[in-house]
Amino acid sequence: MIHSLFLVNASGDIFLEKHWKSVVSRSVCDYFFEALERATEPENVPPVIPTPHHFLINVLRHRIYFVAVIQSEVPPLFVIEFLHRVVDTFQDYFGVCSEAAIKDNVVVVYELLEEMLDNGFPLATESNILKELIKPPTILRTVVNTITGSTNVGEQLPTGQLSVVPWRRTGVKYTNNEAYFDVVEEIDAIIDKSGSTITAEIQGVIDACVKLTGMPDLTLSFMNPRLLDDVSFHPCVRFKRWEAERILSFIPPDGNFRLLSYHVSSQNLVAIPVYVKHNISFREGSSQGRFELTLGPKQTMGKAVESVLVSSQLPRGVLNANLSPSQGTYTFDPVTKLLSWDVGKINPQKLPSLKGSVSLQTGASKPDENPTINIQFKIQQLAISGLKVNRLDMYGEKYKPFKGIKYMTKAGKFQVRT
Amino acid sequence: MTDSKYFTTTKKGEIFELKAELNSDKKEKKKEAVKKVIASMTVGKDVSALFPDVVNCMQTDNLELKKLVYLYLMNYAKSQPDMAIMAVNTFVKDCEDLNPLIRALAVRTMGCIRVDKITEYLCEPLRKCLKDEDPYVRKTAAVCVAKLHDINAQLVEDQGFLDTLKDLISDSNPMVVANAVAALSEIAESHPNSNLLDLNPQTINKLLTALNECTEWGQIFILDCLASYLPRDDRESQSICERVTPRLSHANSAVVLSAVKVLMKFMEMLPKDLDYYGTLLKKLAPPLVTLLSAEPELQYVALRNINLIVQKRPEILKHEMKVFFVKYNDPIYVKLEKLDIMIRLASQANIAQVLAELKEYATEVDVDFVRKAVRAIGRCAIKVEQSAERCVSTLLDLIQTKVNYVVQEAIVVIKDIFRKYPNKYESVIATLCENLDSLDEPEARAAMIWIVGEYAERIDNADELLESFLEGFHDESTQVQLQLLTAIVKLFLKKPTETQELVQQVLSLATQDSDNPDLRDRGYIYWRLLSTDPVAAKEVVLAEKPLISEETDLIEPTLLEELICHIGTLASVYHKPPSAFVEGSRGVQHKRLPPRAGSGESTESPDVGQSGPSEAPPAVIPSQGDLLGDLLNLDLAPPTATVPSVQPSMQMGAMDLLGGGLDSLMGDESDTMGAGLGAAPAAMPASLGSAPAVGGGLGDLFDLGGGVGMPTGSYVAPKTVWLLAMKAKGLEISGTFARRGGIIQMDLSLTNKAMSVMTDFAIQFNRNSFGLAPAGPLQVLTPLSPNQTIDVSLPLSTSGPVMKMEPLNNLQVAVKNNIDVFYFSCQYPLSLLFVEDGKMDRQVFLATWKDIPNDNEAQFQIKDIHLNSDVASNKLQGSNIFTIAKRTVEGQDMLYQSVKLTNGIWVLAEMRIQTGNPNYTVNGNKET
Repeated sequence: MIHSLFLVNASGDIFLEKHWKSVVSRSVCDYFFEALERATEPENVPPVIPTPHHFLINVLRHRIYFVAVIQSEVPPLFVIEFLHRVVDTFQDYFGVCSEAAIKDNVVVVYELLEEMLDNGFPLATESNILKELIKPPTILRTVVNTITGSTNVGEQLPTGQLSVVPWRRTGVKYTNNEAYFDVVEEIDAIIDKSGSTITAEIQGVIDACVKLTGMPDLTLSFMNPRLLDDVSFHPCVRFKRWEAERILSFIPPDGNFRLLSYHVSSQNLVAIPVYVKHNISFREGSSQGRFELTLGPKQTMGKAVESVLVSSQLPRGVLNANLSPSQGTYTFDPVTKLLSWDVGKINPQKLPSLKGSVSLQTGASKPDENPTINIQFKIQQLAISGLKVNRLDMYGEKYKPFKGIKYMTKAGKFQVRT
Repeated sequence: MTDSKYFTTTKKGEIFELKAELNSDKKEKKKEAVKKVIASMTVGKDVSALFPDVVNCMQTDNLELKKLVYLYLMNYAKSQPDMAIMAVNTFVKDCEDLNPLIRALAVRTMGCIRVDKITEYLCEPLRKCLKDEDPYVRKTAAVCVAKLHDINAQLVEDQGFLDTLKDLISDSNPMVVANAVAALSEIAESHPNSNLLDLNPQTINKLLTALNECTEWGQIFILDCLASYLPRDDRESQSICERVTPRLSHANSAVVLSAVKVLMKFMEMLPKDLDYYGTLLKKLAPPLVTLLSAEPELQYVALRNINLIVQKRPEILKHEMKVFFVKYNDPIYVKLEKLDIMIRLASQANIAQVLAELKEYATEVDVDFVRKAVRAIGRCAIKVEQSAERCVSTLLDLIQTKVNYVVQEAIVVIKDIFRKYPNKYESVIATLCENLDSLDEPEARAAMIWIVGEYAERIDNADELLESFLEGFHDESTQVQLQLLTAIVKLFLKKPTETQELVQQVLSLATQDSDNPDLRDRGYIYWRLLSTDPVAAKEVVLAEKPLISEETDLIEPTLLEELICHIGTLASVYHKPPSAFVEGSRGVQHKRLPPRAGSGESTESPDVGQSGPSEAPPAVIPSQGDLLGDLLNLDLAPPTATVPSVQPSMQMGAMDLLGGGLDSLMGDESDTMGAGLGAAPAAMPASLGSAPAVGGGLGDLFDLGGGVGMPTGSYVAPKTVWLLAMKAKGLEISGTFARRGGIIQMDLSLTNKAMSVMTDFAIQFNRNSFGLAPAGPLQVLTPLSPNQTIDVSLPLSTSGPVMKMEPLNNLQVAVKNNIDVFYFSCQYPLSLLFVEDGKMDRQVFLATWKDIPNDNEAQFQIKDIHLNSDVASNKLQGSNIFTIAKRTVEGQDMLYQSVKLTNGIWVLAEMRIQTGNPNYTVNGNKET
């Protein structure tokens, strides 16, 4: 089981340690630092590092390494999942998960870690339950606590923890009863030089914000549920009902949660909403290269493509770029060789383009590798897979809730090779 | 106002200041002070000096303060055990608090205080909490048992907590069940052979029910526990699979992977023609693909496991090639894993896509990745024959890029392609030669030299090329030097006229100027070969080489099976069995996949069954004639006395005769013989001599009949020490084997040479050649006190699992007691396995004798036996070696004998005894 946890910041200092069993000396982290030194990029540190007596399993999030120490055979995914859960909880409690935030709330952090893991066994990781045990710090509460001397530790046993629906606390009351669902899809795609799709897949999630009184029982049905053949559910979803009728039936947790995530695989046809015309070329012997990019909308079902951001890692031999965008702004960092172009919205009538020349370092030979172009964008009111919610019903309570559903498509890892 | 203020005090008098604040009358000030102490603790400052002051704050009704003090206690109690006692009373009182939260908190914290004195006081409160009415308290208490066990295992067992924990598996609350399973699993890890998690259909049913309702973490523990269960038949296996499949849709990837493990394992039992089998295969793909869209760390672990799954069941993911395509901003460890899986999935159907991708990767920035991509192209060529041509042209394209490391990798893999498809792509050699100068890595240089040497006859200037390498011979790495030597010799054999000077040069460089023994010896061998018999040299050096195999990096099947049982664990990440690296898992049992139902096969692994006739090498029968001979000596002294004296000459005991001999005799019938005896061990280790119990095999049979003991019983060797006390924390085990009334028995003497009492003995065997297994538990009823010795007789059966051992009669034994588990191996005399009904009918004997092919025959002599044939015959009968017939020809007595082994193998023998000559000649024959 998880023995200890060390938090290491970007400059390689341990700034927090927590031991659930006997104390493990922080020198064990030396093996981690060795690996860190070997890695060319911060994110290239291998997740599992063996040492003579322990294993170090780490995740990197928000520029903090969370290094767990284990001694016996433990499923690594279990540890990694738990570490991510720790990060999520910190973020949930403190708004951001940064070294400063953790240090500011070190006592709460400690209490949380103690509550989340007992002797290496996860104890309470559901945000709903944790918040009943340890109240998140708010400015108001801090002030009140200082005046009244009360604490942010709950006095009550978390009621939900042992009920049949451990994810929901009892006695929830709202004056405005509302349930919002966001269908968010991310396209991961690799497009080759000629513009044809090598692979494209969609990672979709339905995030919910449910503020309903009592114990509501919801059902959500889709127009085209057959799209969802690869899904992961929140534990609240009744799996049998889904298997039989393809209807999501559940008693929701209170507040924000992820109802389901799904994956539309590369075997289905995935619509590609943007295209890129590019011409990046270097000539042998010349210190100049040509650079041209044009973006255009493709299969967008008539919706606008917004917040477009193009970035590309230019070859190391590039000294500078002299480009002119038809819209938006571009920057080129001569140190990291990162070119980024903030395009904004794509106007189908007047396609955005970025043209000009790039200069190579004197004496540098023609670069071997071709830069890959990374594109980010957003399309509102569209789920690119075509997924549509049919209806949302509520049972078990008498009031009429306010319901809302929003769709959005984003680029995930959307890459165009040149 | 934030907690960061607690970090700012770095004044020298900090501790004193805190002390004063801790003893303040104001509650608020106290709490602030404790918070400061905790903050210092988190960054590793030593604040243990404040122990008494902090403990004083414990008796409070403020829950937060209490929690903070508990946090402090857990950290420092170990260093202040005497002080920690002060806290005990409060703990005990808190364990009876009205608020279940406080009861649970108290029992939880108490378990974390790793001080022996405290644990004594913990027992009573813990017992109460395990039976608490509130499930929250019960589940906390369950974990506490595991904590306590970690500190004092004996105490937990004495107090009967393990039984209570087992009862909790049937608890009504799924959370309690999950925690009980988790705790038991952890305890079981340090007690590999204890039957803690006694899984039967009833408990399995309870676990499956709890699985649906407990938290995600609990599900992981339960699934892992389920995976260690062996279903009775395919029906049960299917029903478990059906109830586990919904877990594949869980949001927690660890749950998904544990579910995959259970399914992969139990699937093995389902008949392949079952519809459900196909459905299950289809269901496995989507969750695995989904794991790849998670965070990179999760992806990495998932990919390592998918690598195993793809090797075991490639059909699951064969259509999912695209998800393994590399994104340029994947971390390097993900990229490399994806690449590996791409090659494993490569087939004729998708090779075009794969190659296009690989070519793309070869132009990336990351050097390591580019190299691996180039290598992957070569592996594709070797794996998918139809694609070889395309791969070669892709590699040539890459060579044209002139990127140094790409060219070098390409040359290394082209060499392998030549080795797989000789005489097919030699047209590219010219292009390769152009790049000769840019090669600076030894592996690439060696590969290039190999190509030049191998195809010297087609390269006009081969001698010039090789000569150019020769100039800096001493600066090259060994790899290159060796390759250069061979290549020039090849060249010389192909074009002897022009290259004589060159070959002499390289030979003298290798033999005279080098101090590398490998190089020097290879040089001498070539030199001698060339000078004595050039024709032979040609045959040797230019011999046709075997083609290289398709995939070189597949995991060996038995290891793969074991790893499949460990999906999701560290073992699966490292692709090594858990025993290879996990500390503290001394007794990890090797897990195997269950046998498929209805196939009628035993659990033997495929590689054993395959050892066909061609593989069995000719019998290596030891030439020492002293095989049986020695043993037949007519010493009338009791066996104990004789053994040491015979020892030196017993190097190749009877065991050898029957082990090595039998084995090879049976080579061509191994299919009917079951696992165990497939391939013949070429030679028995000489260590046999040091184990008199073994050496004593057949021979000692004679000893005994001579005078002492039971004239009709088989011979029993004296006990020897198998396990030294110093190696086993004071437990000494000596023993021997005996066959009494048709029952095989292991006689053990257990001696306690330690200072404390030993209890809870148990024994287990590893799989072995003849399936020996304990027929009952080890009966040590009374605790073994210091300096006491107990003799036990353990009946053995031969129905255990079978695995060929080396030597054949080796038996690996694990003995457990309350202190630890110990391992030793011993060797049993083969005569143990001769059954009582081994007397063959005369007619059958005659027919069989003729039918046995000559290959199955072996002959050897036994020297110095002064017995006449009748006496010898009688003696042998005592050990179930039966004389079927006797014939006298020209003053020689011919005895025809039969022996039957427990696994149904018959051995027939002809023993020739010449009156007056102390040497016996034995002709051994075997059939099944």
